[in-house]
Amino acid sequence: MAHSHESNTKRIWTVFGLLSIITIVEVILGIAKPASLHDTHLAQMNLLNWIFIILTIVKAYYIMWAFMHLEGEKSSLRWSIVAPLVFLIIYLVFILLIEGNYVFEVFGTAHNYKWIF
Amino acid sequence: MAATVTTTATTTGKTWGGGNEPMGASYGKMMMWFFIVSDALTFSGFLAAYGFSRFKFIETWPIADEVFNHFPFMHGVDAPMYYVAFMTFILIFSSVTMVLAVDAGHHLKKTKVAIYMLLTIVGGFIFLGSQAWEWKNFIKGEFGAVETKGGSILQFVKMGENGKYERVALADFAATLPTDRVNKVRSNGIWFEETAALPTYSVEEVKEGLKAHPEVLVRTEKIVKKHKEVLSREESLKRIEDATIVVEGANLIRNEYGHKLFANFFFFITGFHGFHVFSGVMINVLIFFNVLLGTYEKRRSYEMVEKVGLYWHFVDLVWVFVFTFFYLV
Repeated sequence: MAHSHESNTKRIWTVFGLLSIITIVEVILGIAKPASLHDTHLAQMNLLNWIFIILTIVKAYYIMWAFMHLEGEKSSLRWSIVAPLVFLIIYLVFILLIEGNYVFEVFGTAHNYKWIF
Repeated sequence: MAATVTTTATTTGKTWGGGNEPMGASYGKMMMWFFIVSDALTFSGFLAAYGFSRFKFIETWPIADEVFNHFPFMHGVDAPMYYVAFMTFILIFSSVTMVLAVDAGHHLKKTKVAIYMLLTIVGGFIFLGSQAWEWKNFIKGEFGAVETKGGSILQFVKMGENGKYERVALADFAATLPTDRVNKVRSNGIWFEETAALPTYSVEEVKEGLKAHPEVLVRTEKIVKKHKEVLSREESLKRIEDATIVVEGANLIRNEYGHKLFANFFFFITGFHGFHVFSGVMINVLIFFNVLLGTYEKRRSYEMVEKVGLYWHFVDLVWVFVFTFFYLV
């Protein structure tokens, strides 16, 4: 390689610390399941699940940016990778979850047949 | 040799002269990113399908904490999450050693690269072993259940000393009846047919056992206020009449934990991820030997380590999502 690289070891260990802390927080919350979070709903999902999903995305960010070194790539490459993923995944999840919920409601409201009993 | 080193070509002012690197990434790195993006979409498809099925059966889906609650050397202790948390740490840590190997590669420190690669490989093997153990527990099952004629799973509980219901294994209450059940194998089967192994107890034995043990109650799949619904004694005795099959552990057709799709998705998604980890370890081993042989030292470039590193981090990335959606949410 023509261009020189600085050593990133400090950054790597910081990110490892962050990822560990996030995982520990997730595990503690997952075991304790505080009722205040578990029973409060925001947009049809309880706060605990919102926290888990947000923490997961934070973890994904650090893995992709620090470990996969996207922070050092050109922004055109970054966008080429992140934009299709974000757009397609949100689109897919949105459609499938809405549809799943709809099927659930059909099962619940149709009294003339039983599904699993 | 030159053909494999794309980064040494001079590119100034010769856009179409070969050796150009769009978006500042070498050919190999770019192709690895192509692969990772498409593989990420594949995994998203699986997880979204899992979400679809889960939303479809949201009121009867198994509760993960009650399924994955084993820890090595702690038999019978309810330890939800600890084991998968351990697996997550193993994978994150092996990602760290991988990125340290890449970092050492940038400074052309051969020994350091080799040591970190070796640690990454060891981490990969520990993760694979852990997953095998997890699968073993899942397939073997712990308590057993019965399936009704309508395809739902009935589990058994009794009131524990702490005022909470606790699970009862079939072995703890099933009666022993004289039976003429025969496990048909090829040697005594009709033509070349053989049947699956018979469960330890017959449905009749479970029914009789339930009648004889007044403290045992039936627990259904239905979730009421975040817990599985437990039937009263009368309802339990009535409900058990629907039982058709005794289910122990899990296979691709039915499982003792609840909805059939639960085990199917578990096997498929963690299996597909485990397959990725396995391939990752194999590729890491290959690159590790190349490092030892000095292949990259001769090239004066450890970019190959960086490329397998990308794949290895991707495997870690997928696990972060599997961990959330299978074990946490």
